[in-house]
Amino acid sequence: MTVATQQQTARIPMKGGARRPRRVRRTFSRLLPLGPALLLLAIFFAGPLIWSAYTAFTNMALSGSATTQFTGLANFRRMFADPAFVKSLELTVVFVIGSAVIGQNLLGMLLALILRGRNRLVRTIVNGVVIGAWVVPEVVAGFAWYAFLYKTGTLNAILGHLGLSQDWLYTMPMLAVILANTWRGTAFSMLVYSAALSDVPPELLEAAAVDGASSWQRLRYVTIPLIRRSIVSNLMLITLQTLASFGLIYVMTGGGPGTASSTTPLYMYQEAFQFYQLGYGTAMALVLLVLGALFSLIYLRLIKLEDS
Amino acid sequence: MSELASEQSSTAFARTRTQRRRGGGRGVASGITSPKKGPAALASYAVILVLFLAFLLPFAWLILSSIETGSGLNATPTWHFTLANFKAILNVATVYQPMLNSLILSGGTALLTVVCSALAAYPLSRFHMRFGRSFLYTILFATGLPITAVMVPVYSLYARFNLVDSEPATVLFMTASSLPFAIWMTKNFMDGVPVSLEEAAWTDGANWLQSLWRVVLPLMAPGIVVVFIFTFVMQWGNFFVPFILLLTPDKQPASVTIYTFFSQYGEVAYGQLAAFSIIYTAPVIALYGVLSKFLGGAFNLTGAVKG
Repeated sequence: MTVATQQQTARIPMKGGARRPRRVRRTFSRLLPLGPALLLLAIFFAGPLIWSAYTAFTNMALSGSATTQFTGLANFRRMFADPAFVKSLELTVVFVIGSAVIGQNLLGMLLALILRGRNRLVRTIVNGVVIGAWVVPEVVAGFAWYAFLYKTGTLNAILGHLGLSQDWLYTMPMLAVILANTWRGTAFSMLVYSAALSDVPPELLEAAAVDGASSWQRLRYVTIPLIRRSIVSNLMLITLQTLASFGLIYVMTGGGPGTASSTTPLYMYQEAFQFYQLGYGTAMALVLLVLGALFSLIYLRLIKLEDS
Repeated sequence: MSELASEQSSTAFARTRTQRRRGGGRGVASGITSPKKGPAALASYAVILVLFLAFLLPFAWLILSSIETGSGLNATPTWHFTLANFKAILNVATVYQPMLNSLILSGGTALLTVVCSALAAYPLSRFHMRFGRSFLYTILFATGLPITAVMVPVYSLYARFNLVDSEPATVLFMTASSLPFAIWMTKNFMDGVPVSLEEAAWTDGANWLQSLWRVVLPLMAPGIVVVFIFTFVMQWGNFFVPFILLLTPDKQPASVTIYTFFSQYGEVAYGQLAAFSIIYTAPVIALYGVLSKFLGGAFNLTGAVKG
């Protein structure tokens, strides 16, 4: 939004003379349709973001709004001295790498590759179930996995024969939520990679096969370089989505037992909405945003490195 | 994975042929599991079967216990089927009111989003403006912003202006949060409508609104439907935003009340919870079916996103 106005004012002085008023009116009428969207985005998106940049440096709390003071970096100092927060940040990174970068990404790729060229019925059924897991609202996905991993649940009923049954949500809560999030999000990566793979010219793979490349080499040196851009943009999208994931973990473990699966969004929720420390919670939100920007930069850098 | 790749390229020729026959679309060729590659094909079918079961099993409990008597969290089926769970929850307070709230919230959001993004996409798609590209990149970046992180400041803003627990205010925020992606999608759909078709309208003296309404929108009606359904489905499943912004149970959508139902103190009626989950999920599944019909297969959704 700021970009829009800046560029616009920069543009007008250049075109001087008698044409100016007409030009201004014309550009204005052209921009008019953007109005409602810009207004909404400014009030409910940009506004809160700017507000958060301010709130993060105050001691704002819900209980006594009159006592809000500017406290500088106190929230940030407190945050990084808070072992629970540092741990939540670690758990968030584990959650993102485990369920998005490894789980959804690799499983989505595997499914796209393995389903490619299968008969129609097999593809329809498998796609249906995988996409079903994606379409189901996150709260319902949370219940389904809660029951699936419960002491007397489906997974233990199966693993019981192997003597591996245990109360997954207590013994390894992070693994539980990582598996659940992988289950839920794989469809997106699968769809992205299916679309990307259908753009790979079969002649290239054929030529590589004729030259004696093994199937792994063809995947590594032909297919993957060709769909590189899809891989990077997919990684970026799923990383940012997973980073903000709240509902699934909240329903399954509530962050527990203790704080064993309390990722930053859950810890932020607890501080901001249960302990009413809005300033502190907002500071965490900023850290989360920065973490997202950091991940994006890494991926963009990867594209650039590959291109040069 | 190596068997798969070999499987793929050995059938590459067959695929080009099939694709040509089907008009070279992005659809994947079908029916080319070559009988020659017996063991490799068998291995990959085994992998497919394992993955299929892994994705299917978490649904099993949900479906079974919704129609069983006295179901708890046990996996073992009791084989006593009944519709009692559904009957028990089909009343105004438990199901109808929250579902209606969900409909109002998601429907209102989808409608407002479609209107705003169709308007916004028009100048972005039609005029070559200097800031057009940078604006689109800003939009794309906003698409990725974690909503969870924006919620704390939004809540404090709403608290200050007394907007917490207001349904219209919640719809406005949900609209704002769906707009970046919707504008992006709508713009891509609109780019598919040739400008030459509009020129006739302009010659006849139509202004931008008339040409948008009479020429462009009818031609991209399927795209509009896609954006509407997509936004609706996303907001139907949205838990965090209404969970934070709506406090009165009478105003909360199904996504929130179903959670309250689950987390309430005392004995949770898991059979009823499963039944509620199924009722709550059904519209989304149905709409997704419509969506994939419109898009001619799920692949084009990502195609629309890719731009």
